[in-house]
Amino acid sequence: MSDPKPIELIEKINYTPPHTEWMDVPLNIRKGMYCYASNPKSVEYVHLPNARPWNPLEEDWKLPDNWKEIVHTAFRERLDRFRSFKVFMDICVRCGACADKCHFFIGTGDPKNMPVLRAELLRSVYRNDFTTAGKILGKVAGARELTLDVLKEWWYYFFQCTECRRCSVFCPYGIDTAEITIMAREIFNLLGLNIDWIATPIANCYRTGNHLGIQPHAFKEMLEFFVDDIEEKTGVKVEPTFNKKGADILFVTPSGDVFADPGTYTAMGYLMLFHYLKEQGLNVTWSTYASEGGNFGFFTSHEMMKRLNAKMYAEAKRLGVKWILGGECGHMWRVINQYMDTMNGPADFLEEPVSPITGTRFTNAKSTKMVHISEFTADLIYHNKLKLDKSRNDNLIVTYHDSCNPARGMGMFEEPRYVINSVCNHFHDMPRNTIREQTFCCGSGSGLNAGEDMELRLCGGLPRANAVKHVHEKYGVNMLACVCAIDRAVFPPLMDYWVPGVGVTGLTELVANALIMPGEAERTTNLRGEPLPGMEE
Amino acid sequence: MFSLVAVFLLFLIAYVGVEAAGLQVLFGVVIPYAAILVFIIGVVNRVIGWARSPVPFRIPSTCGQQRSLPWIKSSELDNPFTKQGVVARMLLEVLFFRSLFRNTKTMLDQGPKIYFRLELWLWLAALAFHWAFLTVIVRHLRLFTEPVPFWVALLEKLDGFFQVGVPGIFISGLVLLAAVFFLFLRRVIIPQVNYISLSQDFFPLFLIFGIAFTGILMRHFAKIDVTGAKQLAMGLVTFHPTIPQGIGGIFYVHLFFVSVLLAYFPFSKLMHMGGIFMSPTRNLPGNTRAVRHLNPWNYPVETHTYEEYEEEFREKMIDAGLPVEKE
Repeated sequence: MSDPKPIELIEKINYTPPHTEWMDVPLNIRKGMYCYASNPKSVEYVHLPNARPWNPLEEDWKLPDNWKEIVHTAFRERLDRFRSFKVFMDICVRCGACADKCHFFIGTGDPKNMPVLRAELLRSVYRNDFTTAGKILGKVAGARELTLDVLKEWWYYFFQCTECRRCSVFCPYGIDTAEITIMAREIFNLLGLNIDWIATPIANCYRTGNHLGIQPHAFKEMLEFFVDDIEEKTGVKVEPTFNKKGADILFVTPSGDVFADPGTYTAMGYLMLFHYLKEQGLNVTWSTYASEGGNFGFFTSHEMMKRLNAKMYAEAKRLGVKWILGGECGHMWRVINQYMDTMNGPADFLEEPVSPITGTRFTNAKSTKMVHISEFTADLIYHNKLKLDKSRNDNLIVTYHDSCNPARGMGMFEEPRYVINSVCNHFHDMPRNTIREQTFCCGSGSGLNAGEDMELRLCGGLPRANAVKHVHEKYGVNMLACVCAIDRAVFPPLMDYWVPGVGVTGLTELVANALIMPGEAERTTNLRGEPLPGMEE
Repeated sequence: MFSLVAVFLLFLIAYVGVEAAGLQVLFGVVIPYAAILVFIIGVVNRVIGWARSPVPFRIPSTCGQQRSLPWIKSSELDNPFTKQGVVARMLLEVLFFRSLFRNTKTMLDQGPKIYFRLELWLWLAALAFHWAFLTVIVRHLRLFTEPVPFWVALLEKLDGFFQVGVPGIFISGLVLLAAVFFLFLRRVIIPQVNYISLSQDFFPLFLIFGIAFTGILMRHFAKIDVTGAKQLAMGLVTFHPTIPQGIGGIFYVHLFFVSVLLAYFPFSKLMHMGGIFMSPTRNLPGNTRAVRHLNPWNYPVETHTYEEYEEEFREKMIDAGLPVEKE
């Protein structure tokens, strides 16, 4: 890869904006900072409009002739449907509290990555089209007309937002740029302007049940490969079930964990945990149809999110399970926690989740009927249901990255920390301003984890990496734990770039390493095949 | 500076209008009434406009631990599960600007090292500004009421606590002036804030500065006839408008500025006063998994059903030993 060196990236960052007013700064779509255009086949597959080949770098985006009308109508519809959007268009006072809270601003210094300005990109057109003051006073009132250049600027910058909501924590009115970005992307999709890293996973997910397009037989084979791997390392043969009617619990996790390291070790962790609990009464099944927890539809439109998410309840109903258990994934949990029940519920065919092992009622999920694996595991550990050997993780000095969505779209802070502290002896949090509700995005969320926008990802990931570096230098942290599949996919290159020497792991991988399986052979390596502490030759 | 010029023009219009053209009735009765009408109708309109758009999803920004397992302490203020929690969160937000209290400043050195410093000047100035303004408004009730309610008199007493000069200086007026000046300065000096500022961000600042300034001017320097001012104010609220003689041009400027602010309010960002109460990221509980939220426009969507899926992959599924619905 010919990415710029860290020092070159850093030197480019300047927080002082230029003299030219932002409306007059011409757009420069820069290589490394944007994702490729959607493949028309993928767009067509899910019946979204205006599928065509196009290229962001070319002058002509091959837009439909009436694109301005489409945008205007779509804008109006969304103002009428979402109070959030309408209020957020109206009440910003531009106090600037959000300005330096965005990881993309901190990592690039581009003023249009200040959340307030990102929103103003849209607001300026809103004022022009929908407010009296804007119509009369024009530029004096901060209004501007929608032109092709404005649309392109929207596209460039709303695909430089990961919908992480960090800015909304600091906003005195709770203005959430994620909402604004979601609306902008809905509008793009009416014009066929998605990026391919979102469009193709969606088409795959629609057809095969998961973003990666893994077909049912292959999905089963991949998990069976893990079964062999687990047997090799622990001497225990786990027996997952698939699409099993009459199971008590349906388990859904992002397909990334089935596919790529280091997520695969987390997937092995799930298999081991479920096997361990089997004798205590856990009856769980995986589905090949609902084989994706993540939902790139969320990065396309509310409708697409609903269309993909529908599979979870549909499959739970078909299999006749009691409730659903969800794996470690970020935006998947925003969707489940804040959207699923509203969109695809009521889930009256399911029961209020009860842990078959501890008898704990998950009353916080009594309507949606879906429980997070960290909630589930924390409850198990609290009730002493897992035999654990913490020392097996003694070679790890762990820190925890609060993934944006479970943090700011759910508030899951203590469960994962409890789990880590129960399975590891060495844990150190990163500085207060970089964790929990103030956590920094990995820089690659909301469908921006492509290869071609690596510079953008490295810039956006800088604040997170910087905090990791702090605990790496201070405490010798060598492992970054997280509960998000995108994190697990994007942190390894980010760490190699900014903080070499720090690995990345899912929570359940740590649990599985410490878990003393009944009938296991002497464990000499962890799931990665690395020698356990004290087992080095 | 468009906004500054605008406020100067407004000053001249009122001053000349009263002193030279003798338009006391226009500036003392007609415009204030019109402004109040515009304010009320405008604000109600705006709020109804917001309320007309539904809240399809329950999307609070969760800024604290969720309520999940009984032995984990949840943060009922930053991630409220109940209505009471939401009310508490909103009160802290509206009365004390809690979110702004988190504000940090991000700094970068070439290490590279990014660090954050708590930055509370904005919070402090905003708080000072809003509370001082409220105090000033409440204090002015003495001009609109007869007899003056005891709590207005009490507030006035507290506000004039230091008893400096005759007539005594009100702390609120000075704080208001200082806070407005600070908010103005940061818009000019902090490069990022300057970059995002529009003329409509400066206009209300200048206007409010003008209001406070003319107010202080009247009390301490121009020394206008307060009895006359009260007569006029009482006339307005009892709908028997009168124009007492000899109140002075500065008073009409003050009144005109206030009228302009009122009339401008519904069409501007000042509506954040109402908007904050309607912000779905703050005014909803984080209990979406426990209590179903209803979307009034939820509509059925096209999905890829299991049957369609099995239809496409049936043979592969059978070969792999996966159960199927139709053999």
